[in-house]
This record gives sequence, C-alpha cells and structure tokens, in this order.
Amino acid sequence: MAGRYEIRFSGAGGQGLILAGVIMAEAASIYDGKQAVQSQSYGPEARGGASKSEVIISDDTIDYPKATKVDALLALTQEACDKYSHDLKEGGVLLIDSDLITREPAGSFKVTKFNITNTAKNEVGREIVTNIVALGAMVALTGVVSKEAAEKAVLSRVPEAFLELNKKAFNLGYDKAMAAKK
Amino acid sequence: MAKKVAFLQGNEAAAQGALYAGCKFFAGYPITPSTEVAEVMSAELPKVGGKFIQMEDEIGAMAAIIGASLTGVKTLTSTSGPGLSLKQENIGYACITEVPCVVFNVMRGGPSTGMPTGPSQSDIMSAKWGTHGDHPAICLVPASVQEVFEETVRAFNLAEKYRTPVMVMPDEIVAHMRERIVFPEPGELEVIDRTAPSVTPDKYKPYDTSFGDVPPLAGFGSGYKFHVTGLNKMQDGFPTTKAEVVQAEEERQVRKVEGNAADIMKWEEYQIDDAEIVVVAFGSSSRSARFAVNEARKQGIKAGLFRPITFWPFPEQRLLEISKKVKAFISPEMNLGMCAGIIKGCIEGNAPVLGIFRVDGEPINPGQILDKMKEVK
Repeated sequence: MAGRYEIRFSGAGGQGLILAGVIMAEAASIYDGKQAVQSQSYGPEARGGASKSEVIISDDTIDYPKATKVDALLALTQEACDKYSHDLKEGGVLLIDSDLITREPAGSFKVTKFNITNTAKNEVGREIVTNIVALGAMVALTGVVSKEAAEKAVLSRVPEAFLELNKKAFNLGYDKAMAAKK
Repeated sequence: MAKKVAFLQGNEAAAQGALYAGCKFFAGYPITPSTEVAEVMSAELPKVGGKFIQMEDEIGAMAAIIGASLTGVKTLTSTSGPGLSLKQENIGYACITEVPCVVFNVMRGGPSTGMPTGPSQSDIMSAKWGTHGDHPAICLVPASVQEVFEETVRAFNLAEKYRTPVMVMPDEIVAHMRERIVFPEPGELEVIDRTAPSVTPDKYKPYDTSFGDVPPLAGFGSGYKFHVTGLNKMQDGFPTTKAEVVQAEEERQVRKVEGNAADIMKWEEYQIDDAEIVVVAFGSSSRSARFAVNEARKQGIKAGLFRPITFWPFPEQRLLEISKKVKAFISPEMNLGMCAGIIKGCIEGNAPVLGIFRVDGEPINPGQILDKMKEVK
C-alpha cells in the first residue's frame, strides 16, 4: 500500500464535495502526473443527506478505487463527521468546519479547524464556494498535490465569470489552513 | 503530437467510445446511474451529424435504436436495471431480426427500483436470459474508465460483425468513478462496419445464409426493401412455421456467437501460473481482487486473478483448465452468487468455489477477499 494516499471529502449533498474531489484528483492526475481515481457515494436525495467523495492518489497503478484507511478527511457537517470518520487512520489529517461541528471524533488525529462555510459566505462573498475554500485547505494540509496544480485544476473547472471568486476562495482556504495548522 | 488526455467518468468514456466507433444515433430514457451517457451523447451527436432522442420510455428507446440501425447507422441506448427489464422484449426482437445495436447498462442495486445510487453486479444473468427464448448473448464488463472506452468500441464492432445486440455492463462504481483516459487516435483502434449486400436489390434476401452465418444487411433508404418481423422467418424475412427452417435459423442465430466465441471472449490472467487460489472477478470487484492478490503474494499466499472482460460468452473452457491445478476459486461479486454458480457449472467439481456476496450497496473490499483466501486449507 506504500505510496497510496487516500482523501475523503464529506458533508451534505449539494455542498459541492464531489466537485472538490474531482478537482483534487485532476490536479494530481492531469497536472502533477500522478495516478488518481475519484469516486463518490451519495443517497437518492438531490440535496441533503450525507455525501462523500473519495480520491486515491498514488505513484503506482491504483487497483481498489475506494478508501481502505483514510489519510485525510474533510467534514463539513456533524452527520458526515460521525458517519465517515471511523476509518481515518491514526495520525491522519482531519479538517472540520469549526462552526458546524461540535463533537469531534475520538482518536489521535492532526485536527485543523476553522470556519470554512463562513469564510466562503462572509470573506469570499458567496457560500457556494465553500467547497473551493475547503479544497484549498485540504491542498495545504495534505501536501499531496502541488498548490500550482490544484489552482490550475480549479480554474479549468469554473466558468470564466467566476475565476476570480474561485481563485480567492482557493487561496483563502489554503492560507487559513496553513495558519490554523498545528 | 501528444495524445489527448482527460479525467473522465466511466459513463462519459462510454459516450466517447461510442462516438469513436461511429455511433450516429442515440435513443434513451434517463436513469441513474447511467444518465451521463445520454447527457454527453445529446451534446456531441448533433456536432457529428447524428441524432439524439429522449424517448417516452425504455422500451420505446430500444425500438428506436433497432429502427434507426435498420437504416444503416450505428446505434446506442443506455440504461440501468429497471430500464433493462423494460427493454428486454425489444432486445429479443433485435436478436431474432439480427439488427446490430449496443445497449449500455449500468448495474445498480435491484430488483425493481432497488438502490438507484448503489453499485451492483446483479444484471449479468439478465444480459443472457432477460429476454425469453434461445438467442445469442454478448456482454462486456469493463473495469476501468479506459477500458469502458475501449470495450464500447469493441461492442459496436461485435454488433456490426455478428448482426446482433451487444451489451456493455459496468457496475455503478466503474460507471461513476473518474480516472485519467488517453484517447486513441482515429485509426488506432479497429472499427468494424456491417457487411453491405453484394447483390442488387432484386436479388437481396436479408437472411441469405449462402453468404454464411452472418448475412449482409442492407440499409433502408438505400434502394433495398425487405420484411422485418419478430416471428420466425425465412431467408427473405417473411414468417414461416416450417419446422426445418425454424430449427436451422434458431441454431444459426445462436451459432453466430457461440461458434465465434474465441473471437468474442476476452479475459485477463494475473499471477495465475503458480496460483493455488484463483479469484474470479470482473468490474470493480476485480480491482479489489487485484489489490488482495498483491497483498496475499506479499504474505506468501499463492493467489491469482482471473478477470472476464467478456462475460458472455463465458470463458468456460479456460476456467476448466485452470480448475485442474488449483485448491480453490473465490468469487467476490455484488450479487448473491450469480457468477459463482456459473463457475461451478464449468469446472466439473475440480475445486470448491468460495463466495463473497454483497448486496448492501457497498463494494467488496480487498480485506474481505484476503480473509477468504486464508480460509482455504
């Protein structure tokens, strides 16, 4: 399993977590020249319900496309945090929204928390970019893809009119995570 | 020049593969988890002079791709479990009328509405026996995004070559996961077109076996006229109940596929040569299996993987050979033992078949397979 890095983005349906996973995987696969697989699981609801997106990054061929022992977990809701933290590995990276998650999972994790959703809403100006703020933070905390690759991947996925908005969201997430990192 | 690469879903790769193969007509009715195929086809077909129709239901979509194919174009529909059930009547119609077409079915939890967003591998028997009566069946089960592209191209080739419907059946995981894909250049993969008639319209018969088991197929609108019916038919396409004709025609239709199984079958063998335990797995389960085989080898367990890429016709003969020198087979599958039953049916009791069966909407993980290997004495 050496070289296999597993990331899980979790929250509620509609928060853009699948897209965050896709962008992370694209950064690794298309821009950083690594192997990457992105997969997802979600309920039949269009909005709400616990949702997760998983990204496996490796230097070698990736067989099993789902997580086995999660290296880094993002949780944007309490429900997702409760449901998807059970297989986060000892010493793994855990990023949580400090406003929305009150009960942290038990275990020795590298926990980073800041007000992710509110950063998008108040500092970037649009709640819809919560996923990009979170993505920026996960790039900073995991170091598994380069910042340049991730930024390129973000910008290639968003419409022209929203480039600046997403760039700002990505960089704010990146910087806040760096500052909050213990 | 560097080849074009992209980071795509299996479903998106299927649509791209269909376009590469020259598909010019899509009819379908959207259903999770296959909708992305229709989405891409609706955007791309008009750009290449093709037609996209969202039909009123699944059986209508199946009828539409049969009708469109009879005009000489390559056709596709996509669906998932409940939609496959609805298409079955017309899949049989495509078999008996010998009309090439491709049915892309993403396997989700069933029966009935089941689990729309959950993965499954429980439609594999439907691919062969979902429609009634004796008929040929070809079903391909890709396991990666790149392979979805390539097997979709191959599905069109087999449909055209053997004048029969071909199914491509990834599970939801393969259909929805994203991976890097390298697009083949035009001409890099073989693209087969159906054989056109070499005789003039007045001499043409749509089922003229003097040209072999796969008679040439004329396209409507090209000056050729013929009768198409779901009844057992004669060489000119008109119905018959003549015993010897019906018997011969039924046998020929099945023989088109069974007699050419060597050309249609495709599988991958991994670490099989000295394997004492062979995991037989396809689709996403084969990826778990390969992971487990690699782990097992590190622990000194002689494990190997046999991965069908063509599910129907099933590689019976090869598995029988392998069964003579192994201690056990393991069949991990997202259903309650369909593939295990098929394996048992072809290995003449030479080895036990241990099953790992999941229908809870969760994938089979490598740890489960590894644990099962350790049960083998």
